[in-house]
Amino acid sequence: MPPSANSEQMTIHRRGRGLAGETIKGRAMSSILIIEQILNGLQFGVMLFLMAAGLTLIFGVMGLINLAHGSLYMVGAFAAAAVAGWTGSFLLALAASLAAAALFGALIELTVIRRLYARDHLDQVLATFALILIFSEATRWVFGSFPLFLNIPEALSGTLTLPGGIEYSRYRLTIILIGLAVAVGLFLLISKTRVGMRIRAGENDREMIGALGVDISILYTLVFALGAALAGLSGALVGAIQSVEVGMGEPVLILAFVVIVIGGIGSIKGALAGAILVGLTDTLGRTMLPWAFAAFMEPSAASSVGSSLASMLIYILMAGVLLFKPTGLFGSA
Amino acid sequence: MIRERYINFLIGALLLIVPLVALQMDEPFIITLATKAAILALAGVGLNLALGQGGLVSFGHAAYFGIGGYAMGILASHAQDYAPLMEVPFVIEGTNLMPVIWLVAIVASALAALLIGALSLRTSGVYFIMVTLAFGQMFYYFAISWPAYGGEDGLSIYVRNQFPGVNTLDPIQFFGICFVVLMAVLFLVNRLNKSPFGLALNGAHQNEERALTVGINVYRLRLVAFVISGAITGLAGALFADLNRFVSPTMFSWHTSGEIMVFIILGGVARLFGPVAGAAVYILLEHMLGGISEYWQIYLGLILLFVVLFAKGGIVGGLARREVRHDG
Amino acid sequence: MTDSILRVDNICKSFGALKASDGISLDLKPGEIHALIGPNGAGKSTLIKQIAGGLKPDSGKVYFDGRDVSQHSTARRARAGLGRTFQISALAMDFTVLENVVLGAVGQSGSVFQFFRDAMKDTRLLERAYKALDRVELRDLAHVRTSELSHGRRRQLEVAVALTLSPKAFLMDEPMAGMGAEGSQALTGFLEALKAEAPILLVEHDMDAVFALADRISVLVYGKIIATGTVDEIRTNPEVKLAYLGEEDAA
Repeated sequence: MPPSANSEQMTIHRRGRGLAGETIKGRAMSSILIIEQILNGLQFGVMLFLMAAGLTLIFGVMGLINLAHGSLYMVGAFAAAAVAGWTGSFLLALAASLAAAALFGALIELTVIRRLYARDHLDQVLATFALILIFSEATRWVFGSFPLFLNIPEALSGTLTLPGGIEYSRYRLTIILIGLAVAVGLFLLISKTRVGMRIRAGENDREMIGALGVDISILYTLVFALGAALAGLSGALVGAIQSVEVGMGEPVLILAFVVIVIGGIGSIKGALAGAILVGLTDTLGRTMLPWAFAAFMEPSAASSVGSSLASMLIYILMAGVLLFKPTGLFGSA
Repeated sequence: MIRERYINFLIGALLLIVPLVALQMDEPFIITLATKAAILALAGVGLNLALGQGGLVSFGHAAYFGIGGYAMGILASHAQDYAPLMEVPFVIEGTNLMPVIWLVAIVASALAALLIGALSLRTSGVYFIMVTLAFGQMFYYFAISWPAYGGEDGLSIYVRNQFPGVNTLDPIQFFGICFVVLMAVLFLVNRLNKSPFGLALNGAHQNEERALTVGINVYRLRLVAFVISGAITGLAGALFADLNRFVSPTMFSWHTSGEIMVFIILGGVARLFGPVAGAAVYILLEHMLGGISEYWQIYLGLILLFVVLFAKGGIVGGLARREVRHDG
Repeated sequence: MTDSILRVDNICKSFGALKASDGISLDLKPGEIHALIGPNGAGKSTLIKQIAGGLKPDSGKVYFDGRDVSQHSTARRARAGLGRTFQISALAMDFTVLENVVLGAVGQSGSVFQFFRDAMKDTRLLERAYKALDRVELRDLAHVRTSELSHGRRRQLEVAVALTLSPKAFLMDEPMAGMGAEGSQALTGFLEALKAEAPILLVEHDMDAVFALADRISVLVYGKIIATGTVDEIRTNPEVKLAYLGEEDAA
């Protein structure tokens, strides 16, 4: 079964043309719709945060740019879809996504990534690009080229009536809550725990952390696996509202980069702010721009101009941030 | 310890001889492969100027490759439909003349590189990689969502464009055009690398502080290099579109950016003929491994991983074992 | 004060709560070596960066050669004749020695945007480059890769690169750092001769060298200049002894 009625509001970028934008053609822009779109934007942003947080953490602590982060997102989605297929349990599927992504993350950290910490960014980019090729083709080999589907669990299907009479997908609301919970968890982890203290020390001074007697290579593997697990979770959660297929992680990866550039690299706070900003801008842009253009253009032209422009909106946002604050909103100089 | 000059000559000669032999053996497919290698090499030569000489790790050169491709697609589609590109305020007709198309491709991609470079070069290091990647992707999404020129499906051109005095539909003659363009650009880039501009670009790559303190405006220097680099890759895009007689958003995809970068690392970063060797080997691998397994990119990934981790310097570096730069 | 080539006027720079430069004023007169000393963390590098152009002060001005250059970039100040050497050699390590000085000549001549002439065959650039190499006696090593040079030779090359600019003033950040006694001595003699050509603002930890070389000394502590004067004045200044020299004794 296709991924439920929610797909009409699909916000994932790769779909290009703003489907949401087309469904509202001819309808007036109501406040209910706007609130719905804001929630969609939040949900999208929260997903991006899960990706961007891992990336920015890995960069902050190890100084590594990891293009294969999108592959770990894909691994999480496939693991979830496979386990859900065998067991029928969504919770087990989520657990599997976390475990599989963390496992593969640790695996590539141990075999490849740790050889790259001392290398320049070009080597890191190329080696992790190679990992993408390997992951994508291996996944295609194991699962075939056809997309898999992950169903939304029974308990979360359908809609919930929010205050003000707004009907909204229970599942998407759950995603927003999970994402926010992860954000809070990460803040606590980094600011309150011993591991977090080590992570912060690692960010500031790698030699100091070595001097503290912390086994730095174990810490690095842990941080990498944590980032991978977040990506995997994100992939599994999105997998239920989108098809699970090879290459699904790459557009999200690039959006996560945009998030990091806007938020400032190495900052979890920046990742959260950037992700929400990108999620809202993209979702609302896809809805509002075709509608706004329709005010002075004929509908079909408005829809095509509007959605073309909407597809570029977050990059224009990024350009604006680069113009005024090249280190990102929360980045240090 | 062979001198790099001889290796370069060998690489160039091989690229020329293979299609000529294929012509004798009546193997037009091999000629097409060699043409593809020459064109992709050109795209790599463009990126190598920014990446190898300038140290600017652009992961968005697919943008210029795609713009070059669409310059060809748009001009040629208007020519084949006999519909002018625009009529107000003045008439611009499409064209199927390669030199005109190339010029438009170069100018358009240079302009795009100017804009993207001006913004991206405000950042450095890992930011620069992410920003160029993101801007490249912007063009991809735009090409997909803009319906006028085929949108997601791309745009077919039925007849290859014309070059005065050459039958471009004959594979070997079209190869000849691409080969000559590649050699001409290599000649110019070689001059550029040795010029004060090239020295400054390379010097700023090795030590930015030093370049600044001898009075070099590094930002402007890099921006000019970035624009030239984008223009060369744009020219390659126009030729690539002509080879396939087809353009699609795939040319803009970030995989294309990655592949162009792979040519450089396979061949040897900052080596003049590195992208030529790299592109040729890439095409060869694609052809051979593709015959063995449907999942040939796994092997490509493993080879790339091996080269990055253990064999930095690539083919030319491995053969020449000599400093990249030297005087005299 | 009008005859000073370089003048820093009441510069302030803070990083958060830390006042790295707290109302610093100093000047550099023709023919002198003006040494800037101070304990670690006193804000010397921050001050040097603001003079060279890598960092913009929060307030205050920098005048060079009679002009307010506070808003000028590093490159522009260099072209105006501010020669600089670094604590950690800033050289293109894969270049040969000659290429490094030609790079300086390229910057000086403003020929960066010449695309087709061979830089290493350009007589004008080469002439300037070799002249600078001769001054530091590195001509024999012109074709050696810079990364193969000894530490001391790299310092000499740094000075040569700065010389290609025909500078009106030098900004030298710890030129003696990491050099043996012999090398230090040779460099001391060289700087002594150089200052007649263009004055030198010298940041240096080697106190023997400072006392031997400097015409004037300024002492920077916690972002403030606590004293400026001749070698003898500084040696005997009680405040300086307390804040700085005393610390040396203790260490």
